[in-house]
Amino acid sequence: MRYIEPHGHMVSRTTDDYQAMALAGCAAICEPAFWAGFDRKTADGFYDYFCQLTQHEPKRAAKYGLPHYCWLCINPKESEDMKLADDVLALIPEFLKAKTVLGIGEIGLNKNTRNEMRILEKHVELAVQHDQLILVHTPHLEDKRKGTRLIMDVLKAAGKVKPERVIIDHVEEHTIGEVLDQGFWAGITLYPESKATPVRAVDMLENFASQRVWLNSACDWGHSDPLAVPKAMQEMRRRGHSAAAIDSLVYGNPVRFLSQSKNFRDPQALR
Amino acid sequence: MSDPNPLAGTPRRTRDQVADLHFMDARYKLLDLAAFLDRLEKATGPEDHRVRGLRAALPLLLKSGDDRVAQILHLWSDPSVAPIEKADTKAASGVWPGLQ
Repeated sequence: MRYIEPHGHMVSRTTDDYQAMALAGCAAICEPAFWAGFDRKTADGFYDYFCQLTQHEPKRAAKYGLPHYCWLCINPKESEDMKLADDVLALIPEFLKAKTVLGIGEIGLNKNTRNEMRILEKHVELAVQHDQLILVHTPHLEDKRKGTRLIMDVLKAAGKVKPERVIIDHVEEHTIGEVLDQGFWAGITLYPESKATPVRAVDMLENFASQRVWLNSACDWGHSDPLAVPKAMQEMRRRGHSAAAIDSLVYGNPVRFLSQSKNFRDPQALR
Repeated sequence: MSDPNPLAGTPRRTRDQVADLHFMDARYKLLDLAAFLDRLEKATGPEDHRVRGLRAALPLLLKSGDDRVAQILHLWSDPSVAPIEKADTKAASGVWPGLQ
C-alpha cells in the first residue's frame, strides 16, 4: 500500500532506509530542517545544511524513485542564540526559491523560553511574508502541553496565519483535541519510546473525527523507525479498517495538506 | 463534522476482540513495569522525581473512563503558562519536576 512520509530527517538516515521505505510503499518524503544533535556555531553551517536539503538529498532520494521535499528554519533548540538565529533567518528567503521547498519548519518551541518565542514569531512573520506553509514542532514530554498552547497563541496573534495552512506536529492524547479544535492540522509522530506508538496513534484516529491529521515517523539520528508509518498501517489492518480508509489517512491527507504548496506534486500524478 | 476521518468511531469491537489483539502486548509491558519497580526497591538513594510521577500515575490506571493516557500526560505536564527566561538544559525529563 502507498503512503507519504511527511516528516523524515533523511540526512541522518542510510540508503538502506530509503530502500526499505520505497519497498514498503512510500511515495514521497518531506524533510523538515531540524537540530543536528549538536549546536551549529555559524550561519555558514546552516547555509551548507540548506544546500544539502534542497540540492543533495533530493538526488539521493531519487535513486530510490522517491520525490524529496523539504522545509526550512532554524530549530528552536538553536534559537537561544538570537544573533545566530537572525543570521540564519536572513538566509532562508534565498532558499525558498528552490522548487522542492514546502514551507517554514519545523519551527516551534523546545523549552518554552522567551528567546525561543521571539524566534518563533520571526519565523511565522517570514512564512506570512512569503506565503509559505508552516510545520510546527511541539516540545517534548512534560513541556509539550504548555508549549503547544504558547505556539497556538503566537500563531493566532500573528493575525494573518490561516490555521488550515499550519500543521502542528508531535501531538499526543492531551494536545490533539485543542489543536484540531482551533482549526490547525495535527501530526502524530510515531516513536519507539517518546511521542506516540502506532497502537496509540490508531486509538487517537479512532477517537478524533477530524480529517486534518497525518502520521509521520520523524525518523532521525536518534532512536526512531523509518518504517513507523507502514507499521501503523499494519495496526489499522489488524483492527479491520479498510484499505480505502487507510489510504485516505496515510496518502490522501498528506496530499491534501501539502498540495497547498505550489511546489508539491501528488506522486500519483507523477507516475 | 461532515467529513470525518474514516477510522473515527469505528468499528465497535467486543472486549474479547480487543484482548485477542492487544492483551499479550499489555501483559509484557505490565511485567516490565513491575520489574522496573522491583529494580528500584533494590537501588539506593532518594526517589527520583520521574519515578515519583510514575507512582502518582498508577492509580489513574484503575479509574474507569476511556481517557487514561490523556489524564496521565496532563498529570506529568508543566502547569505553568508563561515562557521561562532561560533554559538550563535542552532535554525534557518526562515528568514535571515540581509534581508532588
